[in-house]
Order: sequence, then C-alpha cells, then structure tokens
Amino acid sequence: MNYNFRFEILLRYQAEILQGVLLTLQLSVLTMVFGLIIGLGVAIAAGSPSKWLSVPARFYVETIRNTPLLVQLFIVFFGLPSLGLRLSADLAAVIALSINMGAYGAEILRAGFESVRRSQIEAGRSLGLTAAQTFRHVVLFQATKAIYPALASQFVLIMLATCVVSSIGVTELFHQAAFIDSRTYRSFEAYTLITLSYLILTLAFRALFSFIYWAVFVRRPAR
Amino acid sequence: MSLVELTQIRKSFGPVEVLKGVSLKVEKGEIVAIIGRSGSGKSTLLRCINGLEQVQAGRILVAGIDVTARNADLNALRERAGMVFQSYNLFPHLDVERNVTLALKLVKKLDREAAGKVARDVVTRVGLAEKLHAYPDELSGGQQQRVAIARSLAMQPALMLFDEITSALDPELVGEVLRVLEGVAKEGMTMMLVTHEMNFAKNVADRVIFMHEGRIHEDGPAREILQTPRTAELGSFLSAVLH
Amino acid sequence: MIREFAGADVVYLLLAARWTVALAIMAMLGGGLLGLVIAALRIVPFKPANWLAILYINLIQGTPLLGQLFIFFFGLPLIGIQVDAWTAAAISLSIYAAAFFGEIWRGALQSVSIRQWEAGASLGLTYGQRLFYVVLPQALRVAVAPTVGFLVQLIKNTSLTALIGFVELTRAGQIISGATFAPLRVYLVVAVVYFVICFSLSQMSRRLERKLHVAR
Ligand SMILES: Nc1ncnc2c1ncn2[C@@H]1O[C@H](COP(=O)(O)OP(=O)(O)OP(=O)(O)O)[C@@H](O)[C@H]1O
Ligand SMILES: [Mg+2]
Repeated sequence: MNYNFRFEILLRYQAEILQGVLLTLQLSVLTMVFGLIIGLGVAIAAGSPSKWLSVPARFYVETIRNTPLLVQLFIVFFGLPSLGLRLSADLAAVIALSINMGAYGAEILRAGFESVRRSQIEAGRSLGLTAAQTFRHVVLFQATKAIYPALASQFVLIMLATCVVSSIGVTELFHQAAFIDSRTYRSFEAYTLITLSYLILTLAFRALFSFIYWAVFVRRPAR
Repeated sequence: MSLVELTQIRKSFGPVEVLKGVSLKVEKGEIVAIIGRSGSGKSTLLRCINGLEQVQAGRILVAGIDVTARNADLNALRERAGMVFQSYNLFPHLDVERNVTLALKLVKKLDREAAGKVARDVVTRVGLAEKLHAYPDELSGGQQQRVAIARSLAMQPALMLFDEITSALDPELVGEVLRVLEGVAKEGMTMMLVTHEMNFAKNVADRVIFMHEGRIHEDGPAREILQTPRTAELGSFLSAVLH
Repeated sequence: MIREFAGADVVYLLLAARWTVALAIMAMLGGGLLGLVIAALRIVPFKPANWLAILYINLIQGTPLLGQLFIFFFGLPLIGIQVDAWTAAAISLSIYAAAFFGEIWRGALQSVSIRQWEAGASLGLTYGQRLFYVVLPQALRVAVAPTVGFLVQLIKNTSLTALIGFVELTRAGQIISGATFAPLRVYLVVAVVYFVICFSLSQMSRRLERKLHVAR
C-alpha cells in the first residue's frame, strides 16, 4: 500500500465543517419539534374511537415506517413541483424529515401514555383532581420519564439520518464531505473525517442526554 | 338523610351483570365492612360510589350529591369521598409530602404553607413523620399504604372507601395498617371497607355486609353476622376464609 | 430524449427491486455471521473482547450509514481492493447489520434469566448442553421478531446505496425520473414497491411476536 493519507490538508476546512455541524443540528432540532407535534396529533387520532381519524392515522404511520426516508425526500423535493409546489432544498428537507419523524414520534408517544397505569389516573381522580389536573400533575411527568430514553435515541437517529438531505443539495455536515472532496480530491479522507465528526456529535449528545435524565428524573432534590 | 344512599343500582361490564340491584344506606359515623367471595362485586360497588364506574340503573346519593345524575359534579363528590386502593397508587414521582399536598393545593386551593401543615399533621397521624421527604419507592408496602391513607385523610372527606387495602401486603405489615385504620375509625370517620380480615371486621366494624353474586346477601351488626350466619352461603364463605 | 412514464418503466423498476432484495439478503447473511461473532464477543467473560464489541457497535451505530458506505467505496481501492458499487455496498451493509444483529441477539441471550442457567446446572448439564438445550431455544424465541423487524430497516437502508451509484430500486427511480420527467409518479411507484416488501416483513414480525409471546 503506497497511498499517502493526507488528513492534515482537511484542517483548512474547519469553517465549512462548523457551518455544516450547525445546519445539521438546526435540522435535527426542527425535525424533532415538528415531528413530535405531528406525532402527538397522529397518536391522538390513531387512538380515537372514530374510524375517520384512526384509519388515516394508522395508514400514515405504516406508510412512513415502511418506505425509505430517501424516497420520501425525493417525493417531496422532486415530486411535489409537478403539482406546482416548488420548495427550496432546505424547506423540502425539513418537511420530509418532519413527516418521517411524525410517524416514529406517534409510536413513541403512544407507548409513553400507555405506560402510565390506569390506577394512577384513578388515584388522581379519586382525590378530586380534574381530568386536566390529573394529566398535568400525574400523567405527564411519568409519561415523559417513560418516553425520554426513546426520544433521546430518536434524536441521535435523526441527526445521523439528516445526512441523506445532502443528496438534494442541503449544505449540512455531510455535504461538506463532498465539498472538501471536490476541492482536494481526497475522497477517502474527507468522508472519513466527516463520518467521524458524526461520531463525536453522537457521543456528546448521548452524554448530554444521560446527564439530563439523571438531573431531571433520577436525582432527588435534598431538602 | 343518610350519608350514603344506594337504590337498586345495576352495573354490567358488557354482557356480564356484576351488581344486580343493590340498595343500601350508610349513616354518618358508621363503619361498614363488606365481605364476599372474589368476583362478587365488592370493588365494583365501592368504585360506583366514588363515580369511577357508571351504573346502568338505580340512584346513588353521597352527602347529598347525586352521583348518578347526568351532570353530577364528580370532583365535588370525590372531595367528600376519599378512596384508598389495594395497590396504594402513590404518585411515584412525588415525595410523601407532595403526594399529600398535591390535591390540597389543586382541589382545596390551600397555599403551600397551609397544605404543608396539613400534610405534616396527617403523616404524623399515620406514624410516618420522619418519612415526610421519602419517595414511594423508598418505603415498605405498609408504609406506602399508610401514606395513601394519610393522603386521603388530608382532604377531610365525609366518607372513606377502602378496597382490600391490606391484601397486597406481607403478613407482618398488615398489623400496622390496620392499627392506623382503627385510629381513623375511633375519630368518628364514616368508613366502608372491603376486607378479608374477619377479626378486624368483627372488632372494628359496626356492621357487616355480605355480598354474593352481585347482591347484598346478608346485612347486619358485625358480631351477629359473623358469629351466627343466617344463610348457607355466608356460612360456607366464613368457614372457607377462617380455615 | 424525453418520453412518457410507461408500463415498461414499471417493469424496469421491479427488475431493479431484485437488486434491493439481493443486497438486503447479502447483508443479512454477511451481517448475520459477523453479528454472531459480535454477540459472542459481547457476552464472553473476557473484558477486552467485550470492549472490542462495544467499540464496534458504537462506531457503527454512532455514525451515519451513508458515511460508512462512502468510506468503503473510496477506501477499499486504497488498500488495493478494486471494488464496484455492489461490493462496497454489500460489505458496508453487512458490517452495519452486524452491529444491530449483535445487539439484538445479545439482548435475547441475556433475557434468558440466570436462573435458567442454574436450573440447567442443577440437573448436571454441561455448559454446552445448557447453552444448546436450555438457553438457546428460549433466546431464539425472543430474537426472531426483532430480527425480522430489523430486516425492514435493512431493506429501507439499501436505498442509500443509490447515492454511491449502485443501481437498485431508488437509483433506478432516479434514472427513470430523469428520462421521463415524471418524478412524482416514478417515486410513488418506487415507494409502493418498498412498501409492499417492508410492510409484509413488518406484519410477519408482528405476527411472530404475538405467536411466540402467547406460546410462552
Ligand atoms: N373493568 C372491568 N371490565 C370487565 N369486567 C370487570 C371489570 N371490573 C370488574 N369486572 C368483573 O366484575 C366482577 C366483579 O368484580 P369485582 O372486582 O367487583 O369483584 P370483587 O368482589 O372485588 O372481587 P375480589 O375479591 O377478587 O377483588 C368480576 O367478575 C370481574 O371480572
Ligand atoms: Mg376487589
């Protein structure tokens, strides 16, 4: 093997990488927020006794979960313009990612609410709390604690998944690999460096999320 | 007017009728033990009184509130009728004090300080003053159940409903909970309790109701009912639980 | 040259879907074998082996599959192995799948409680006998449904190989879309094909889960 690995020439592209990281994080956070909002609506609709709500909600969840994100992205970005809906790459990315996350979010939220035992709700109600008070003070915290780990790993999954939007030209972190490659012709080094940057992000977020879990749900304030 | 008045209540789960026309009056200050075989409808009866289940027919009046009315104010009812469950159902994310103060603050609208004072008071009454800031998972089953009683007591209900509150406990923990119950009884609280502790029923209850297949099969003064059962069903039930 | 999106294009897409399935099967076999090794490394009572497995799993699950694909695609030639997109994709997806299979199977093995090992030992069974007659049959039941469930992820993830130029279903969609300028219809057909494959597997996973759970 006589290839000279030249990782050092990539150091010139710190600014691009940093910018890519920021856009990746922005995309991930937006996806998480919109996805959970969609997911909440879908979870409520899926559990509704009305077929007009529950059937479309289940259809949505199954369709999204059983097709690739990349194809969903292509439908939004390349497909919708033929219906007269032309979106910028950034907007298409956020929409496709959020629609995708909505299906997973719905499942996570449903499991979370189901995990709070009926008897807890009855205990609240039998103390005279209203349904809303019971939800707010009894169910919400316990459900949040139950879904937190799933949400945390979902965030990391989203962050890793966002790299597919580089294929429609969004200049997030993964796109920077192609950019650096085009400038340096150092494909292997560029992709390795960028891929490992994701590892750093993953590990950092996992650590942050465990800390938050500990601080919010485990630690008990001394009084 | 009696504190609790049930007239011909009927309750079904799907096709199965669980309460088949139950009528019953409980006076203020009375302590009523409800006994009967598993599945005879004891829990369902208590849950109907508390509005956790809706009846198909009949009328339930508790402290003047019509529980069966379509627009019944269930929150007002539950302020007056406390309930303690077999599985404690403490809120796992709140410490003892906040388990007690939650409803005081939200329902009775007490401020922090007043609620805290009530909490210290009732928690002391059940003998757990030193556990005020413990979390449910740091307490034994017996202690958790005593907190659940305290939580209900704190609301100063006119009536307390207890559903087999010692059944989930290890035998050595039953005594401490029963002693707390006895204390509450002595203070003049009106109580309806489903129990399998026949000695407790005999010594503490004024009156025993024997449920059988969704009906009240026998009803009378505790000692009389338990010592001289009038029906064969009660006789065989008693010999089964006592031996 | 622009033409209509026609029946022949659908046939072309369906033929391309064979490569999607073939790639998933390759990754399942390669990833399955390597996954067994990972699961074993993860549970043997030898710390460095455990660390190695954990490192592997974190490396694979902590980075995007798309990045891994590019690294193999550009990296293998550097160490003297000339690869086409198919080989790079198959190797990369196998390595990816192994990390997940390893975790699923380790979880299944560890879900069999220590008491079952002890019960086996108390009957005088050897380690191997305990493993093969007591623990593995139980672990297998637990593992089947999530394993089939992961195949859905694998099928969906083969779509990423389109981006290194491997002509499977998604890449075929791109090609047809470019030729017909009917991207919406083309990608909807592509999505339907994925859906049929993945939904069948999902349903199978659910049925297995229910069946194996009830039978316990
Ligand atoms: N939510 C429900 N849905 C359907 N059936 C129910 C429900 N709750 C109770 N039942 C049925 O109603 C009958 C009476 O139940 P209930 O819990 O009132 O009995 P119980 O006398 O309290 O018995 P135990 O001593 O076992 O607690 C039982 O046959 C039970 O299966
Ligand atoms: Mg009961």
